[in-house]
Amino acid sequence: MANRIPRVPVREQDPKVRATNFDEVCYGYNKEEALLEASRCLNCKNPRCMTACPVGLQIPRFIAELAQGNIAGAAAVIAEDSSLPAVCGRVCPQETQCEGSCVLGVKGEPVAIGKLERFVADYSREQGAQAAKVAPANGKKVAVIGSGPAGLACASDLAKWGYDVTIFEALHKAGGVLEYGIPEFRLPKDKVLKHEIEAVRALGVKIETNVIAGRTVTIDSLMDQEGFKAVFIGTGAGLPKFMGIPGENYNGVFSANEFLTRNNLMKAWREDYLTPIHAGKKVCVVGGGNVAMDAARTALRLGAEVHIVYRRTEAELPARKEEVHHAIEEGIIFDMLTNPVEVIGDEKGWVKALKCIKMELGEPDESGRRSPVPVEGSEFEIPTETVIMALGTSPNPLISKTTQGLETNRRGCLVATEEGATTRPGVFAGGDAVTGAATVILAMGAGRTAAKAIDAYLK
Amino acid sequence: MLTPTICRMEVEAPRLAAAAKPGQFLIVRADEKGERIPLTISDFDAKRGTVTIVTQKIGASSSDIIAYEPGEAFADVVGPLGLPSEFVTMAPEKLAQQRYILIAGGVGTAPVYPQAKWLKEHGVPVDVIIGAKTKDLLIYVEEMRGACDNLFICTDDGSEGFHGMGTNMLEHVVSEGHKYTQAVIIGPMIMMKFTTLTCKKLGIPAIVSLNSLMVDGTGMCGACRVSVGGKTRFACVEGPEFDGYEVDFDEAMRRQGQYKAEEAEANEKHVCKIGRGK
Repeated sequence: MANRIPRVPVREQDPKVRATNFDEVCYGYNKEEALLEASRCLNCKNPRCMTACPVGLQIPRFIAELAQGNIAGAAAVIAEDSSLPAVCGRVCPQETQCEGSCVLGVKGEPVAIGKLERFVADYSREQGAQAAKVAPANGKKVAVIGSGPAGLACASDLAKWGYDVTIFEALHKAGGVLEYGIPEFRLPKDKVLKHEIEAVRALGVKIETNVIAGRTVTIDSLMDQEGFKAVFIGTGAGLPKFMGIPGENYNGVFSANEFLTRNNLMKAWREDYLTPIHAGKKVCVVGGGNVAMDAARTALRLGAEVHIVYRRTEAELPARKEEVHHAIEEGIIFDMLTNPVEVIGDEKGWVKALKCIKMELGEPDESGRRSPVPVEGSEFEIPTETVIMALGTSPNPLISKTTQGLETNRRGCLVATEEGATTRPGVFAGGDAVTGAATVILAMGAGRTAAKAIDAYLK
Repeated sequence: MLTPTICRMEVEAPRLAAAAKPGQFLIVRADEKGERIPLTISDFDAKRGTVTIVTQKIGASSSDIIAYEPGEAFADVVGPLGLPSEFVTMAPEKLAQQRYILIAGGVGTAPVYPQAKWLKEHGVPVDVIIGAKTKDLLIYVEEMRGACDNLFICTDDGSEGFHGMGTNMLEHVVSEGHKYTQAVIIGPMIMMKFTTLTCKKLGIPAIVSLNSLMVDGTGMCGACRVSVGGKTRFACVEGPEFDGYEVDFDEAMRRQGQYKAEEAEANEKHVCKIGRGK
């Protein structure tokens, strides 16, 4: 029986070594390992993995091709539904989606779907994969705002169906959060991301960087003056949150967005770039999500001792298990049930310590998680040079403020139907801009759904 | 070059030029490895599709911007960013009651120019004070003369115009009977701080344009946060212009120096590209 083979472990860089470099943590499977792992798939008639995938990747089909050694065939199956397989294979929370639904996981270990997807994508890239098929041009112009996962997924589908698609990106590089947010050691930029964006371009999608919708152009000017028949807004959730505690504006307090953007987009970690970054000897990262893990592991690699300060316990950490595991392996210190109440500064206005209070878990709140309650009189100080706030992000109001008829809810998210239609005809939206901060793959799923709605609207 | 260290450049950026309004800024990246530098827009011409920027050699990145020759292209130019000046969106009946005094310090003279020009074109009374350390650092004098009703020049060392700083000049002008309903102050943070104090003393409302540290300029990083009236605001999207009376200048100055140590190190290592023989 094929399922008697245990899940093939994946090779990783030694934690002690990788804590000092920005090279990728996970090496991925080689061909032999990938084929062996692929042979574990039962090819279920009702593939629950596929239902659990936000972009509906035909998982058993691509794995079957791979198991037979037809890697190009596997890549072609994936390309039907995803333009970013090397990205998704690396950053998707497979444990709660495809792999979390795998039948093999009931009694043993699920098939390593993510690692297989990554292998197929990496292998085909190295072999020089060919572009996906594109329908004849229909001459209809569609604008996509934002070149993150939602925008890239939406643009890819529309381009495949023959639309004339232009993506407008505010920053100087395409990729959105994949470029500015996710660090090099989880998603190599030049090796992996650049290639997947090139593949989207190869479908005929134009990408214009340095164009800020709401400032350089508006949704109205694109539709009225530049002839775009429909617009997709995939601008993500880019506004950082702060705690609103005293001392937050001292020098040395940064948003995770600033810290990661300096390091990822602006390449502060590289000697040959001019971008300054400040970590110092000791860093406290406040928050427990994937962004907190990314910021912490980045600061560690810049040479700091790093503490994660989180108000609940390890069990409630919203970050992926794999990320937490990697962070612990690398030597990140977790200060759980701890909540900052004040940033203490020195006489020059630089951070000196983070004043925290101990927490304990009380009754479950509406999210089902037990809510943390402060322990009276338990305040204490953690001496630190830098504080990084990783408390989540919310959508940028720039477009909603400059576009008539575009409604937002009280959290600042764009109001859109399940299909992605906003309150303004011809304008669609999806991803974090609609849901608030979520995952790469959910944004891609929303981009694809909206692409279908745009196609229906323009037909 | 306007002076040995201050350079004016006209940059081709049609979409930006068509959208720009007085008070807004842009971000330039000289080359692939450079920083994103926010610069206030000094002029814009939608017909020519160009914007003008003025920059002073400070660190490694600004040296790289100045090193560009006519005909070359920056890696990136993006904008316009920030909100336009208050008067751009002011109701006409309210605007008709205004008398502006624009106070420029050093390289801050450049962004004052489009504001003076706009007010003059819209028939709003506008006087301008240009202050500089010394005569050789005065810029935009002739352009400004044509863009305002009265131009007052002052230098710290008395080498040209009134002998004294912008604050002294302002007090002098007001003592001579000039009356203003609104001051706009653009210059180094310390100059804006003290000129705001003088305005307060004279009872003139003051708007300042903050040149905070920024990365993206679209509200994403929060590097530019500044306390205004006790509340944290993002200079990039809620500014760059704020009510000077409400700004915590000491915090703003401190935050501006946040990367000084890292920048000093970069300057040390940086091989300046000026005169690279093109």
